[in-house]
Amino acid sequence: MRNIIVFIRVYFTFFIFIFFLGLSLALLFKYNKYHNAVYSEAASEITGMLSTQYNNVAYYFELKRVNDSLVKANEALYNKLRADYEIADTAENAIIDALSVDSLNVFRKFLYREAKVVRNSVSQPNNYIIVHRGRNQGVKDEMGVIAPNGGVVGTVVQSSSNFSMIMSLLHSQSNVSGRLKKGGETGTVIWDGKHRNVLLLKDITKSARISQGDSVITSGFSYKFPEGLMLGTVIDIINDKSSSTYTVRIKPAVDFEDLQFVYLIENLQAAEPNELQKNIKNK
Amino acid sequence: MSTLVRNIVRFILFILVQVFVLNQIPPLHHLVVPYLYFLFILWLPFKTGRRTLLVLGFLLGFSLDAFTGTFGLHSAPCVVIAYLRPFLIKLLLPREEVEVNFREPSAWSLGVAPYLTYVTILTFVHHTILFFLQALQTGGLVYFLVKSLFSTAVSLLLVLLTELLFNRKQGLKVNLV
Repeated sequence: MRNIIVFIRVYFTFFIFIFFLGLSLALLFKYNKYHNAVYSEAASEITGMLSTQYNNVAYYFELKRVNDSLVKANEALYNKLRADYEIADTAENAIIDALSVDSLNVFRKFLYREAKVVRNSVSQPNNYIIVHRGRNQGVKDEMGVIAPNGGVVGTVVQSSSNFSMIMSLLHSQSNVSGRLKKGGETGTVIWDGKHRNVLLLKDITKSARISQGDSVITSGFSYKFPEGLMLGTVIDIINDKSSSTYTVRIKPAVDFEDLQFVYLIENLQAAEPNELQKNIKNK
Repeated sequence: MSTLVRNIVRFILFILVQVFVLNQIPPLHHLVVPYLYFLFILWLPFKTGRRTLLVLGFLLGFSLDAFTGTFGLHSAPCVVIAYLRPFLIKLLLPREEVEVNFREPSAWSLGVAPYLTYVTILTFVHHTILFFLQALQTGGLVYFLVKSLFSTAVSLLLVLLTELLFNRKQGLKVNLV
């Protein structure tokens, strides 16, 4: 017994070292999966406040670019106004039918909320964006996030009362369903953690005809994003002969470095399909 | 300024510079990520106990992790270099009197060549472990090795600049008292 105590006393520093190293590695491997990230409430509120102060200054340097992007977004929205379209006079050949549902009513599916980016990283293999809008302002997990130019930015993974953390597309666990706009083939958009200007679109069938500059859009298969949002444009194709599918390198539609504003998308009709899915799993 | 106050100020400054300057500058290249914050551990006084070093190393890494949201990623390499530091100093400094006469490791107290070795080894160890932990999530052995090498080079350049900017020339401790 005495020997054990002596042994522990002699190597006490080493044990402390092992303890701290173990603690770090446990934190790293246990909690860095994005779905159970313990981005603790306290840490995010404190670092969030600091980041807001920093961003107040940094924002001025980006004002010009932010303005330009917002003007462009506005222009796109003006062009979608109903007043811009003339409806053909269909009264002449109107057919009276007996619709049981009032088809003039529209039901809102996606709700957009603006949010200010207070912290942003692009140089890590797992990049997060922190925005100044949290649970108190209606943020929920798994909400989709887009930039003012309509390009996909990422997904909300964690929110505290006033701040939320977004897993950007530049994250090793990011996984968004994408579609080639021209051919309609669908695949998955991921990131290999290397170059911040290159995303990968995986699992595209080899029958697809792809050329440089083709648009890749969201497929609408996930409940997070509406269909048709820009993910990026095709750079080139990695032709892996051993596989039956293409991996396409794409250039992201969003410049992740310059993000100052983002829009969080809430799917108001997500509850029903989610429940269906859950029921099927339980069967 | 007392040693304690000086080191508290340094701790805060290093974290703020790392978070709000070095992590914010547009990446030079995807293989180059500049790091400087670990210099805090390298600059701690000679007489810091080994256990205190470990605790401080963990705290430093943990503070940075709180900002980046990656708990454990920076703490692990910081704890390792805090553990290796005393051995390395003992190895590079056979003469006892330096530890008695000088406050902390610097080019003045250790001599230029041993100090350079000291910084280079610990920087390389820090970067290798950091990028290895990152590579476990994303993969790529060659990518990880090249990234460690290039980032070490850039960090060493930053350390050199910091040393030139902040003159840490110290008189002999006996003169200060």
